[in-house]
Amino acid sequence: MELSLLLIKGLIIFAVFGITLLIATYSTYAERKVAAFIQDRVGPNRAGPFGLAQPLADAVKLFFKEEFVPANANKFLFIAGPSLAMLTACMSSAVIPFGGTLIIGGEAIHLQAIEVNIGILYVFGIVALGVYGIMIGGWASNNKFSLLGAIRAASQNISYELAMGMSIIALLLVTGTLSMRDIAAQQGQELFGISGLNWNIFYQPVGFLIFIICAFAETNRVPFDLPECETELVGGYHTEYSSMGMGLYLFAEYVNIFVASAVMATLYFGGYNFPFMHQLGLPHNVVTILGTVVLFAKIFFFIFFFMWVRWTLPRFRYDQLMNLGWKILIPLSILNVIVTGGAILLKAELF
Amino acid sequence: MQSLSNRAKKLEKKPMNFSERMYLPAIFQGLSITMRHFFKKKATIKYPEETRPMSAVWRGLHVLKRDEKGRERCTACGLCAVACPAEAITMVAGERKRGEENLYREEKYAISYEINMLRCIFCGLCEEACPKAAIFLQNDKVAPARYERDEFIYGKDRLVEPMPIQNL
Ligand code: SF4
Ligand code: SF4
Repeated sequence: MELSLLLIKGLIIFAVFGITLLIATYSTYAERKVAAFIQDRVGPNRAGPFGLAQPLADAVKLFFKEEFVPANANKFLFIAGPSLAMLTACMSSAVIPFGGTLIIGGEAIHLQAIEVNIGILYVFGIVALGVYGIMIGGWASNNKFSLLGAIRAASQNISYELAMGMSIIALLLVTGTLSMRDIAAQQGQELFGISGLNWNIFYQPVGFLIFIICAFAETNRVPFDLPECETELVGGYHTEYSSMGMGLYLFAEYVNIFVASAVMATLYFGGYNFPFMHQLGLPHNVVTILGTVVLFAKIFFFIFFFMWVRWTLPRFRYDQLMNLGWKILIPLSILNVIVTGGAILLKAELF
Repeated sequence: MQSLSNRAKKLEKKPMNFSERMYLPAIFQGLSITMRHFFKKKATIKYPEETRPMSAVWRGLHVLKRDEKGRERCTACGLCAVACPAEAITMVAGERKRGEENLYREEKYAISYEINMLRCIFCGLCEEACPKAAIFLQNDKVAPARYERDEFIYGKDRLVEPMPIQNL
């Protein structure tokens, strides 16, 4: 019994890891397609049908390039940088509940790699570690542009983590738990008589807005991609990287986007819950599987949104970025916490 | 100062109002614009499968014509080379031997005739200069991209029109 449980856990962990990597791989393809479509082009369409083998071709290309280490770079840290970025990016998808429970042979199996009761904190901790990958890599390159990119990344991430944390605190006031599984399950309750629509976005619209802006900053995406700002810093922190070092950095960015999308979908958009999920009268396992499909649809929408924004907006200037972070988002998020707390107290008074 | 055309617009830098300072309305406007482009017809022509329609007077790859009996028309007079503004044409003239009358129309013919497609600007002046109506620029072929420079020097093997089947 114990062994089969371990086996199932192992399988789920393996599947989550595989899916994360697969989605990140195809995000690179999707990014190019979305960019092309928005610019009235067709995008990669030569490798395989519709260019679907393009990520593979890119990977092969990167593998066969020379792994170049600059002469005065710190060799160990130079290699540790991208590895750390990739490692932390892959770790955070472990706590995301990708579905409810499957009941097989009377056993309830949670579609989640590991359950920790401080899921959100875990995600935040790992995401905060991610900036070390960029900093170490940028510093070890022994290049001014890389160093500037690394410094920018560090200060940007710290500034936006504050606002992000505050927006999460407001959310936690509503949910009363830090566990991703519980937060996802809570959103399956009824709202206006429609089951599975008790989504946190209806309670925390401002919090979500702050969260998504910070998510853009945390993943170093346009309009906040100042660490790799090509126009000013050549390539920012990965200027000196070639071959798979570069590949890992780029890949880590897409894994981060996937994780950020999954976290947003889980925290604010009901996770694997969908409207009328309990009123359809479907068997439990079917609802679970449908829920997983719905969750992935939400995740894909957010990934698409990341790309959509990237090909729409220009980059912020660095002082604008800092103004937005410190003078607007942080006060706004504190206000959000206060208003949320007040509303909860008021509700407890009245009802 | 008096404006000459009365079309000059005076621009004032107004301080941004609240909705502009929020950025969000402008961002959604931008997002809707890009979304409209997402579903627009694409401008790309998928080249090897599709080709751009060429005009009837398109000047493409050269061809050295044969006459109705399958003989090469070119007499190596060199007028095309003189007319060529890009100096893309070189040739070596030779005398037609006895027994070669079915190959070359005139007593003098081009032993070698080369056009450097990297120099050629496809102006068509060679075609206009030719007194024997021997060289033409086709309107349905282009000189394709190649990997080596010397592959762009087209000799007679690639320029002369292939022999019509009945004359072989
Ligand atoms: S087309 Fe113009 S440039 Fe080209 S070979 Fe003829 S005369 Fe020269
Ligand atoms: S192609 Fe025409 S102009 Fe040129 S050498 Fe031959 S006959 Fe003369």
